[in-house]
Amino acid sequence: MAKWMSVAQVKEQIEESSAEEVISGYLEVIKKSKINGYITVSEKAIEQAKKIDDEGQDGLLAGVPIAIKDNISVKGLPNSCGSRILEGYIPPFNAHVVEKLLVAGAVILGKTNMDEFAMGSSTETSYFGPTANPWDLERVPGGSSGGSAAVIAAGEAPLALGSDTGGSVRCPAAFCGVVGLKPTYGVVSRYGVVAYANSLEQVGPLANNVADIAILMDVIAGYDRRDSTSIDRKMAYQKALVNDVKGLKIGIPKEFFGEGIHPDVEKAVWNSIHKYEGLGATWEEVSMPNIKYALASYYIIAMSEASSNLARFDGTRYGFRNNGENWNAMVSKTRAEGFGTEVKRRILLGTYALSAGYHDKYYLKALKVRTLVKQDFDRALAKIDLLMAPTMPNPAFKIGEKIEDPLTLYLSDVNTCPINLAGVPSISISCGFTDGLPIGLQIIGRPFEELTVLRAAYTFEQITDYHTKRPLEVA
Amino acid sequence: MVYENPEGIKIGLEIHVQLNKLKTKMFCGCSSDYHNAAPNAQTCPICLGLPGTLPVLNKKAVEAAIKVGLALEGEIAEETQFHRKNYFYPDLPKGFQVTQYDFPIVSKGKVVIEGEDGEHVIGITRAHMEEDPGKLVHLGSIEKSKGVLINYNRSGMSLIEIVTEPDIRTPKEARRFLDKLRNILEYLDIFDGNLEGAMRVDANVSVYWGTRVEIKNISSHKGVERALLYEIMRQKNVIRHGGKIIQETRHYDEGRGVTISLRTKEEAEDYRYFREPDLMPMRVVGWIPSVRETLPELPDAKHARFIEEYCITDMHARALTSKIMLADFYESICAKGVDPKIAATWTADVLLGELNYRDLAISSYDGKKIFFLNTKGMKIENSFKVSDMVELVPLFAEGKISDRSAVEVIRSILDSKGEKSPFRIIEEKGLSKAEDDLVSKVVAETIAENTGAVQDYLGGAEKSLNFLVGQVMKKTKGTADAKTAREFLLKGLKG
Repeated sequence: MAKWMSVAQVKEQIEESSAEEVISGYLEVIKKSKINGYITVSEKAIEQAKKIDDEGQDGLLAGVPIAIKDNISVKGLPNSCGSRILEGYIPPFNAHVVEKLLVAGAVILGKTNMDEFAMGSSTETSYFGPTANPWDLERVPGGSSGGSAAVIAAGEAPLALGSDTGGSVRCPAAFCGVVGLKPTYGVVSRYGVVAYANSLEQVGPLANNVADIAILMDVIAGYDRRDSTSIDRKMAYQKALVNDVKGLKIGIPKEFFGEGIHPDVEKAVWNSIHKYEGLGATWEEVSMPNIKYALASYYIIAMSEASSNLARFDGTRYGFRNNGENWNAMVSKTRAEGFGTEVKRRILLGTYALSAGYHDKYYLKALKVRTLVKQDFDRALAKIDLLMAPTMPNPAFKIGEKIEDPLTLYLSDVNTCPINLAGVPSISISCGFTDGLPIGLQIIGRPFEELTVLRAAYTFEQITDYHTKRPLEVA
Repeated sequence: MVYENPEGIKIGLEIHVQLNKLKTKMFCGCSSDYHNAAPNAQTCPICLGLPGTLPVLNKKAVEAAIKVGLALEGEIAEETQFHRKNYFYPDLPKGFQVTQYDFPIVSKGKVVIEGEDGEHVIGITRAHMEEDPGKLVHLGSIEKSKGVLINYNRSGMSLIEIVTEPDIRTPKEARRFLDKLRNILEYLDIFDGNLEGAMRVDANVSVYWGTRVEIKNISSHKGVERALLYEIMRQKNVIRHGGKIIQETRHYDEGRGVTISLRTKEEAEDYRYFREPDLMPMRVVGWIPSVRETLPELPDAKHARFIEEYCITDMHARALTSKIMLADFYESICAKGVDPKIAATWTADVLLGELNYRDLAISSYDGKKIFFLNTKGMKIENSFKVSDMVELVPLFAEGKISDRSAVEVIRSILDSKGEKSPFRIIEEKGLSKAEDDLVSKVVAETIAENTGAVQDYLGGAEKSLNFLVGQVMKKTKGTADAKTAREFLLKGLKG
């Protein structure tokens, strides 16, 4: 069995043999894994595959395996969020996206590693240890959905779900050389996804190629009454798979090519832009003056919301608990030992930003900046169709290189987090290599115009072969 | 007369009203009828705050809040939104409460009460929507408790918090305000005040126009009055002894009737309010007209109409409109064509008096029967039929039974738990009014048997006549009409 298959190839394989055989093939690969991409491998995957074989399911993803980030609830499987504090917690319900996947016949392989509560850009803050980048096992896969991106790059799953609060799907997609989409805010239901920063995050698909991203979007997107921020808007994502960018107007925001960008990254992105030009698209530089404040605004908002979201983990009802002489002591001890350093740092900073006397200075100001950033996107996207920029200013760094220096680590989100502040869709695709490490091109669209984003990404794949390159380390 | 408020007392109340008549909770589909459910049986991932769950607002809760706003003559916000109030407590499964902050759905309302010096207006600062936390159950008393159990059945119930201006001047006014408010809310059919925890009050009180002290979580109107009486006395004592009142939060110990300090202002929590990102701001301005159409006639309007339409006294009208169920019960009786004044007397004076004596509270009315529950056990255990009152009123109006017998009939109906009809009771107990010749026969006997009293009366002791009337009533087992007995006696004594 080929290791790296597209959804179409998986389906062919199922036709030829069976879903059971395909799934056990993947389980074999996972067993030999060198990357620590999964926190939990589902013991029910084979059973699920057999059932699909027996019943002849004809859903869009019948028998197709998928890996799920460990902050998306799957009934009966642990949902650790990469944290000790959820030790022993097994959700009694499925996330909306998981329900959709099961209806479409997808087989859940397992739950993937992630930065603790999605707080990080390297998957190093996981309680379950870091995930290795398949292209260089000494390097990080990016984060926070590092496990989801890495298992795709390593051929341990053809599809995965991640969540993107400030770049958590696109960053690992770029570092691992796979495709990752952050949809427009409201397009995919967040029901069942453990919140880090509610107003910013979306579930996003990861895959080896753009076509598979479109298929997955056709399954998971759509209105859900259980998520009040969900938007009722029907779209057929596979219709975007058209090889044509003629006449598309591309904007290049120079603010995304700032100080500290790796010269090879800059070069690869410009090469890509020129390829689009060769296909009949036009480009122009655009200015987004408020982008420079986006990172600060993003972190204040995300940490503030997180400080409230994570208050429920108090050891009282579920998860890890460390008893004390009274309830307050128990909660303190539970949270002190249950959360890792980065999570505690963000809870403290978020609590501070929301507290009396600082609320206006930090939290409200961050909201105002968010509005300005949004306006920058509105203005830029009013006259152009798409924005293009590097996903990450640098390729994957070494495990341990930045983890002691949170500020440097925060800075790596500089190009991804503005997109979450604005709520617009953005995809990261592979557009080159430097020293054997993938480089990600970020394509940003207007709200609800995922189809244009996907079309541009799909067209790029037709004239390049970056997406077909595989890491030899795990071959 | 103007009430001078000599001690400079200012009282403001915050009332948590549980919308226990809505079918489901505020943000999930769990039933709100949890009072008899096993602990934690009426919960789901959402009201338990399991990670990944999201709130979906119950539209009925918003409509109820608008209804309350209109009934309190307040302003309804055009747009409203929810905030998170962050604090740690075991009954709070998410570590924050979804509530409203700077955009409450209702502001600037009022309630008119019977104050110390006549009609008195209590301003309503605001009313907002929020969710109820779970409930802690202590094993034993709070002080000696060996452990605490948590019941999340209440978690996520819809609440409306109503905040008054500090316009209340005495504990009695506070109680009257609460009675009136409860009555209005019951008229709106969004709330059953009899259910445990349906109305919980925090009271702010200061004396000599000074620093205010908050008393938290008092569960009964009587409790509020008592807590305030105690707290005012305490504050006056502190000042009399040269002390200063500090801004603090106190707990009312219902058993001992005292307030105990919980925390001072310095220890006050910072709730770090911010907008709830999982719920979008709502424009509700468009809802107002349709909600207004569902507004029922409110107590003051009904009171005025009862006086006008049924020609009953102000006092009877007030009593009859003090509960929507009672008002409806009364109107059903009148609709059958019986004398409304007599019906008012028997309902407002006798029936209500009996309920009070028996510790029964009106709990519901189904169009035929009014039901009562025991205020101790909170279980429905008695009822009274409209048809019984319709039977009874004409019997009295036509002079077929005495007023004493009518009272007896009402008591007996309650004794039989609403089973026996007036006719049956009258027959069983022989309560038909005694015929005149029987009365005159008994009068003659009484005069003959009580020569002492007769002599006293003839000697000028008017009171002796009452004694003789009493003897006639006793001999006829109350079936004689007291007025007739008196007339016959006077005639007999002259002769």
